[in-house]
Amino acid sequence: MIQIRDLLIQRNGLDVLSFDSLHIERGETLTVVGPNGAGKSTLLLALARLLKPSRGEIIYDGKSLKQWNELDYRRRISFVFQSPLLMDMTVEQNIALGLKFRGTSKEERQSRAQKWMKQLGVELLAKRRAGQLSGGEAQRVSLARAFVLEPELLLLDEPFAALDPPTRSKLMEDLATLLKEDQRTAVFVTHNLNEAAKLSHRIAVIVGGKLRQVGTARQIKSEPADETVAAFLHELPQ
Amino acid sequence: MLFDTEIWQITALSIQVSAIATVISLAIGLPFGTWLALGNFRGRSFILSIINTGMALPPVVVGLVVAIMLWRSGPLGNLRLIYTPIAIIIAQTVIAAPVVTGLTAAALEALDPRLQQQLLGLGASRLQMIWYLWREARLPLLAALMAGFGSVISEVGASMMVGGNIRGQTRVLTTAIVLETSKGEFEQALALSALLLVLTYLINLALTWIQQKGRKAEYQSTPRKSL
Repeated sequence: MIQIRDLLIQRNGLDVLSFDSLHIERGETLTVVGPNGAGKSTLLLALARLLKPSRGEIIYDGKSLKQWNELDYRRRISFVFQSPLLMDMTVEQNIALGLKFRGTSKEERQSRAQKWMKQLGVELLAKRRAGQLSGGEAQRVSLARAFVLEPELLLLDEPFAALDPPTRSKLMEDLATLLKEDQRTAVFVTHNLNEAAKLSHRIAVIVGGKLRQVGTARQIKSEPADETVAAFLHELPQ
Repeated sequence: MLFDTEIWQITALSIQVSAIATVISLAIGLPFGTWLALGNFRGRSFILSIINTGMALPPVVVGLVVAIMLWRSGPLGNLRLIYTPIAIIIAQTVIAAPVVTGLTAAALEALDPRLQQQLLGLGASRLQMIWYLWREARLPLLAALMAGFGSVISEVGASMMVGGNIRGQTRVLTTAIVLETSKGEFEQALALSALLLVLTYLINLALTWIQQKGRKAEYQSTPRKSL
């Protein structure tokens, strides 16, 4: 579904991410792990076409991103950030926002928002304004806002990083169930290898702006590709 | 004088001229301020510093420049606009546009910069993104509108210089106050001043009411700290 070739992304003249190749299968959940500043979020922004690579190509469904109409491509994906970034409107309006951008009818917006509010357990908060929510509730709304679009590709940038452990754990379980049921292609960025193992088919390790290893959690844990991967794994919460 | 028709004509002209100038300033300042806030290009800081300086433009200087431009022998003299309400609207627009532009840019820069990426990541077009950023910054944007209107309804120098304070044609409340004061008619000047203050208060009351309605909704939405 996605092939990345000879990618180089620079910011302020510095290389922040570069690697030769990476592919993501349809229906796969790929988790990207790596230390802070490794280039994980940069990869997601490039995949969302919110950042232009200095070199290389990202091919989506057989066509380079450069050839895709920008809006058409962005409407096939959905992005969840670390911070929920909800708009100052009700939960229901927030969840339906992406559908509104796509010109979906009011009836369909309501019924789809209802469905996903129920799935994420926020249906009782429908009329509450975004600022009235707790961190966990806000992130559930943020996930519902992304899932309601039924995107071909879901990009999740450490969506649970700012949450307390019990909330984080519950949301992780819910997300794992949703991704499994939904068979949606997703790229998920996290620091936590256990979360990565629970959620994904494969894990990509990025350290220092380079893709060091791609494999299953077991492969990465038992056979780190190099010393940087081993050192990174050593630092991770187990 | 207070209750004769002339005073209502002067009041109506003041509102008309300042409202039109504010609307034109909004039409210029909102997109321009947005471009400055969201853009990432060389010279952006320089342009912003010019705009911020423009926010403190002395009305008499604006009046002088606009008068030179519209003077019969000036570059735009053939338009025959000097000493007309349109000339006052032009001068007031020059005063209010930097205010609206600068405050629009500041309002949008105060938003979380990731909000742009989030809206695009949800499939917003560029215009939809801008519309929702404006919506999110609506309280400070209303303040920009109020500041723009306030800067022109109360100015006298430019209106006097380019309008000429012609009775029945270009006399507005502020220029009428200056005239009455120069004649020693302090009662008339005070009455006109009171009228100007009440007028400004009522317009700002309406705008503040709209603004605070939005703030109340935000205040009720204060985040709770725990789950």
